[in-house]
Amino acid sequence: MQIHISSHDGVPIYLQIVNQVKYLVASGRLAAGEELPPIRTLAEQLLVNPNTVARAYRELELAGVVTKRRTAGTYVSDGASPLARRERLKIVTQRIDALLAEARQMNVDTATLIELIQERDEAMQPLEAAAPRTKEK
Amino acid sequence: MRSHESLFSDDVIEIYGVTRKFGAKRALDNVSLAIPRGVVFGLVGANGAGKTTLIRHLLGLLQAQTGSVRVFGLDPVQEPVRVLARVGYLSEEGDLPGWMRVDELLRYMRAFYPTWDEVYAQDLRRQFELDPAAKVKTLSKGQRARAGLLVALAYRPELLLLDEPSSGLDPIVRRDILGAIVRTIADEGRTVLFSSHLLDEVERISDRVAMLKGGRILFTGELDEIKQTHHRLTLRFLDERRQPPELNGVLSWEGRGYIWTAVAHGRLDDLALAASAAGAEIIDQRALSLDEIFLAQVGTPRLQPEEV
Repeated sequence: MQIHISSHDGVPIYLQIVNQVKYLVASGRLAAGEELPPIRTLAEQLLVNPNTVARAYRELELAGVVTKRRTAGTYVSDGASPLARRERLKIVTQRIDALLAEARQMNVDTATLIELIQERDEAMQPLEAAAPRTKEK
Repeated sequence: MRSHESLFSDDVIEIYGVTRKFGAKRALDNVSLAIPRGVVFGLVGANGAGKTTLIRHLLGLLQAQTGSVRVFGLDPVQEPVRVLARVGYLSEEGDLPGWMRVDELLRYMRAFYPTWDEVYAQDLRRQFELDPAAKVKTLSKGQRARAGLLVALAYRPELLLLDEPSSGLDPIVRRDILGAIVRTIADEGRTVLFSSHLLDEVERISDRVAMLKGGRILFTGELDEIKQTHHRLTLRFLDERRQPPELNGVLSWEGRGYIWTAVAHGRLDDLALAASAAGAEIIDQRALSLDEIFLAQVGTPRLQPEEV
């Protein structure tokens, strides 16, 4: 399971784990029924306190993302996928909020921001898709 | 629980009202601290804040001039053998006898500790890639730190005291040391007290922290609690300001004109109320890293960079 912990962005570590597992589930990289690593293993891999991993797993269980099977580990819930779109949107919304706050601080208004987003989107199109469009211009 | 001495408390470490002067300098100033069993406790502070002095009291190397120090309910100055048999200690200097070979060091240490686990010791030696025939003084700094960690862990102490365990080490050895701490906690729920000025490490593995400055405890608490009660707030004022107002809970300000950023301590609701009373609106709020919290609380220039 690919999880990256940063202690510089201020988000509590248990929450970073929660968010990233949700993200992995939402994006389909963790499938329903798949087993999460044992608490100890993940703690050693991430170099974080095992209590922190345990707390993240508890939160994920409360949110219905994972299910604990008695004595047999923690698995991605079957019901986790219907949440996917909502989770995806939630994750993107958080990024947008941060972007908006930063833009405001730098006196960039929302209209300019939307323009910029479209510009960047076009710049990011794969070459084949973008090429005909440039010819049309 | 093995220690019948601490029947009345589940605190492995109890420090009460300890003051320690070296000449005119107060290295510790009325320090009180209780650390329960099974907790990973991070002691943070700049160099000279008193971290090492505190740990030396726990080892019985220094006697409290005022107040009291108890480890497992025992006075480490009065009963050093009973205390130290249950304490693993690793210091920044790694004060190992340089003339010994690694295998001699292990045999030598084993003699002191009835609980020495030879299988575990050899596991660690292989895992740390320590050559049994190498002289301690010829080991690299990282390998010496690993050797020090090995002899601190091999008798499976109930309490691990680590004084700047990864200071000045390369990232790979640092990983080893953090990994060993994580395994130690996971294995048997042992108590760990470690001091560090690398707040990134402290944030990763501590349950609780205490911040020391000039021999005093600035504040102490659950790491989660500390994180939840410190915020970086961006405020928009109704009027342009040359200077930020006095605002309850704000530790530091940055900005100019209408927009100011504050590092603040307190509940968000209270801070929002205080802000609106001062003619401002909170337009952004985010969590802080322990590093940022420390800087705001201590109010000094950045901590000394890691020596390489």
